[in-house]
Amino acid sequence: MTNFELTYRRFSEDSILVEWPPEITKSIVYDVLSFKNMILNYNIKGIIQINNAYNSILVIYDFAIDKINDEISTLKSLYDTRVCINRPTFKLWRIPVCYDEEFGLDLDVVSKQNKLSKSEVVRLHYEPIYTIFFIGFLPGFLYLGGLDKRLHFPRRSKPRIRLKKGAVAIGGGQTGIYPNVSPGGWHIIGNSPIEFFKSANENPCFAQAGDQVQFVPIPNSEYKVLVEQIKNGTYQLESEVFDG
Amino acid sequence: MVDVLKAGLFDTIQDFGRFGMQDYGVPYSGVMDTYSATLGNSILGNEKGAAVMECTINGPQLKFNTATLICITGALMQPNLNGQTVRNNKAISVKENDVLRFGKLQYGCRCYISVLGGFRTEIVLGSRSMYQGITSKFKIERGDKLPISSLHNRNTDSLVSIKVNEKHFQTLDVDVFMGPEFKQLSVAQQKLLFHQTFSISTESNRMAYQFNELFVNDLDEIITSLVLPGTVQLTPSGQLITLMRDGQTTGGYPRILQLSKDAINILAQKSLGDKIRFKCIK
Repeated sequence: MTNFELTYRRFSEDSILVEWPPEITKSIVYDVLSFKNMILNYNIKGIIQINNAYNSILVIYDFAIDKINDEISTLKSLYDTRVCINRPTFKLWRIPVCYDEEFGLDLDVVSKQNKLSKSEVVRLHYEPIYTIFFIGFLPGFLYLGGLDKRLHFPRRSKPRIRLKKGAVAIGGGQTGIYPNVSPGGWHIIGNSPIEFFKSANENPCFAQAGDQVQFVPIPNSEYKVLVEQIKNGTYQLESEVFDG
Repeated sequence: MVDVLKAGLFDTIQDFGRFGMQDYGVPYSGVMDTYSATLGNSILGNEKGAAVMECTINGPQLKFNTATLICITGALMQPNLNGQTVRNNKAISVKENDVLRFGKLQYGCRCYISVLGGFRTEIVLGSRSMYQGITSKFKIERGDKLPISSLHNRNTDSLVSIKVNEKHFQTLDVDVFMGPEFKQLSVAQQKLLFHQTFSISTESNRMAYQFNELFVNDLDEIITSLVLPGTVQLTPSGQLITLMRDGQTTGGYPRILQLSKDAINILAQKSLGDKIRFKCIK
């Protein structure tokens, strides 16, 4: 496996930031996840939590780190000797999305400015398989990589105050779904009836970083049926295990 | 049970927050000033992280339906029990039907009301800390009934009141580490950052603190990366956004500073117009 050039530095009293090269690629994200997993499996004394984003992990200790160089060299030697172990299983989730104009507030703007028809915008959005790079910003907000270049679209200069729950959006080269009512600066092209965050569950979000997502276009009539099924608890989200 | 007769400006129940849920994008939450909240719990002999009520700038009116012991710490808001002035930082015994009220803010920004055994509101994802979209309520409102333990009142008023470190409320200095993108500032900008004083703006709350002064810069945005409570982000328009306990878990602005744990507590007691100065500790 590729060994990337990593940098290690103190972030706060009790945390160390490890950074990969500043790129958004699948190979970096899976390396980030496998290193994170490996550190967790090693049960290094004092490490209580590791958060990750596209190209970084934040290693949090339950004490103020006194000998920062010792902790860093422990992490470094772990990275250098790492082998592919305990790879977690990842899933592919099929997420229904309604791209009707009722929901796709910005379909018009995106199609005009990117010189595509609306149906092309929709097709280019649901065709790819996306990778969940991490969950951040809001509870259950999936950062998805893999958006077709033809759909890249800058953020709004002024964010909307209140987006509908489930809004499917494009922000720069990323796409994601607002899991709850929220302000937001991304452009909206559809809506998903799926619940991305349930605080009553032990695992409040069904997905995890490293999983994949495919959007399934549905008509408005089916959207309404799904909303009811989700409310009644009779809906089962489709997924399959894949070999990452 | 405690009846909320009147809510203050922004009252919430808080403990030490949610840990280990950040992979789902869940903020840490928890008391803004852990120093003051812990002090109240210690005076009552509670666990350090027992749930307390955090009150901002002006306090609520509370009626106790159970005799208990309480303690008020943090900001001084002229508390009184049935009209009788009570002091901060000491155990106060409360009888059934006693009413706790607050007057004007004298110093600080947030006060903490601890009760014997802690508030017993719902636990969601390992914490009682209120947060929109996680707990069923995100702030305390008039008419709320807050469960507390019905442990027997162990003793009467203690005469002892703990002397708090005044520096906690008065110091200008906010200790910081250099953030991951600090070195992208020019040497002159780095100097200015530690020389200038900043005053707290109205856009300051549990999610983040902001300042009235802009810090002119030409730093690029970064690939969305990790942040913690206490991370100071610098926006292209020059705003210094200091994330606090309810802050988001990731961010795309350069992280130029990281507040120490004490500094977060100190900043949490600053309110509109108060001045601070960043002081580098490493």
